[in-house]
Amino acid sequence: MENNWTQEVRKRKLIEKIFLGTVLSGTLIAIVPLVLVLGYVFIKGFSALDFNFFTQLPAPVGEPGGGMGNAIVGTFIIVGLSCLVGLPIGIFGGIWLALYGQGKRGFFIRYAADVLSSIPSIVIGIFAYVLLVATLKHFSALAGGFALGVIMIPTVTRTTEELVKMVPRTLYEAGLALGIPEWKVILKIVFRTAWAGIFTGIMLSVARIMGETAPLLFTAFNSMYWNFRIDEPMASMTVQIYNYAISPFADWNAKAWAGSLTLVMIVLGITIVVRKFSRRVSYG
Amino acid sequence: MLLLLLLLLLLIKSSLGFKTFGFGFFFSSAWDPLHDVFGALPFIYGTIMSSLIALLIALPLGLSCSIYLAEISHSKFKEHIATMIDLLAAIPSVVYGLWGIFVLAPALGGPSLLTGGVILSIMLLPTITAISREVIQAVPHNLRESALALGATKWETFKLAVFGPALSGIVGAVILGLGRALGETMAVTMVIGNRPAISPSLFAPAYTLASVIANEFAEATSEVNLSVLVELGLILLVITVIVNGIARILVWKTTGHKK
Repeated sequence: MENNWTQEVRKRKLIEKIFLGTVLSGTLIAIVPLVLVLGYVFIKGFSALDFNFFTQLPAPVGEPGGGMGNAIVGTFIIVGLSCLVGLPIGIFGGIWLALYGQGKRGFFIRYAADVLSSIPSIVIGIFAYVLLVATLKHFSALAGGFALGVIMIPTVTRTTEELVKMVPRTLYEAGLALGIPEWKVILKIVFRTAWAGIFTGIMLSVARIMGETAPLLFTAFNSMYWNFRIDEPMASMTVQIYNYAISPFADWNAKAWAGSLTLVMIVLGITIVVRKFSRRVSYG
Repeated sequence: MLLLLLLLLLLIKSSLGFKTFGFGFFFSSAWDPLHDVFGALPFIYGTIMSSLIALLIALPLGLSCSIYLAEISHSKFKEHIATMIDLLAAIPSVVYGLWGIFVLAPALGGPSLLTGGVILSIMLLPTITAISREVIQAVPHNLRESALALGATKWETFKLAVFGPALSGIVGAVILGLGRALGETMAVTMVIGNRPAISPSLFAPAYTLASVIANEFAEATSEVNLSVLVELGLILLVITVIVNGIARILVWKTTGHKK
């Protein structure tokens, strides 16, 4: 009897140990790829990176040197364009949903935003292609910016709505009670109070779209030259990394690592800084 | 409104392909842009198989992480692990693809369905971990405390008090991961081998819906070719939207009952 009991306890303790061991090792294994990916990007990237990489045009095959200057600038232009498309729609949509979106129409729009956010980015790329490339007959930075902007919309809408809802309703009512016009109350009181949080959300979604490649392949396409016209094909870091990565030339592959390092630094930099910032905001 | 426009344009653009090939398109594995003969089956197969492989790998790991983060660890170390796993989500997929080409694929015997699945599983980890963690944390605390008060070990507590209520949410997290995997393009395109053939071997090259669009869209020559690619995009859209819809309902059901 006594013996059975200790055996039972031992068995339970053993199972507990197996459970803890499995969970812990699973967690550790999950971290391995992060270390590996970042490790390779840093090591291989640094060895291929030099100052020219940021300022020069891509060099033809076989020629040493050259860089990704035009692609880095291109990424920022395209992201800027997508902010022009995505931010107004997202922010106004979010404010509207938070303040007036209780009814059926609000439900419908929220639902539409949900669906939009679950559409794969490459399908959004097709949409931009059909709308802006097929009609204008050539690839353009504008089409790329539009595609990324559409991808931003649901995220920005969601964040704005949530943060505007967190602003106390009494603040809004107090403003109205003072006789301030409603648009002014919304803009100067409600929006300004929620702004810090909304900005965090925007930056996170900027970091996300910066790493998008698929929707740019057949919208912004690519370019080997400096280009500042938004109705022309434009290079971007991601597309350039992709082209270099799948090429058979070793020095182009090295450029792909250098480009990845640059991109990862920018994207992770934004993400980490914004997270620190947002923590400070939320703890008051 | 934008959404409707999107659907409408895709439908119009793909109608030519649909008219030419009808429903046979879904079951044909022909793919010959030179002669304008197309079929979607190898791509649907590749998309679903690579995503399932990814889930098979990511599920146990992601679940371990979320259990560790939500139930077991209470140290400061925990937050670091959570941040690291979140950072996995911030790395652009083209960077995963680059790593896949030069590190993972050589290790796994070249580009193949398996390589694509493994790359995808890494990209799914943060999604599955974050959402299962949220779902597990949403399980009321007194359930856990009752089990512990009865002398249950951590495993028994998890099995008796947490797993049941969290189950549908965890399934939701997995399906949400599946939705992401289905639509993921770049990393998969770079390591899956891009051959439109259905092979029973995991080590054979394959092709996915998203990959074929990425590879051929800019170079599609004929009107029919382009239209067929749009149709593939439409198939992809329908699958992911349905999968995501199911997942959201499941996750929402679990976390929504929190209060």
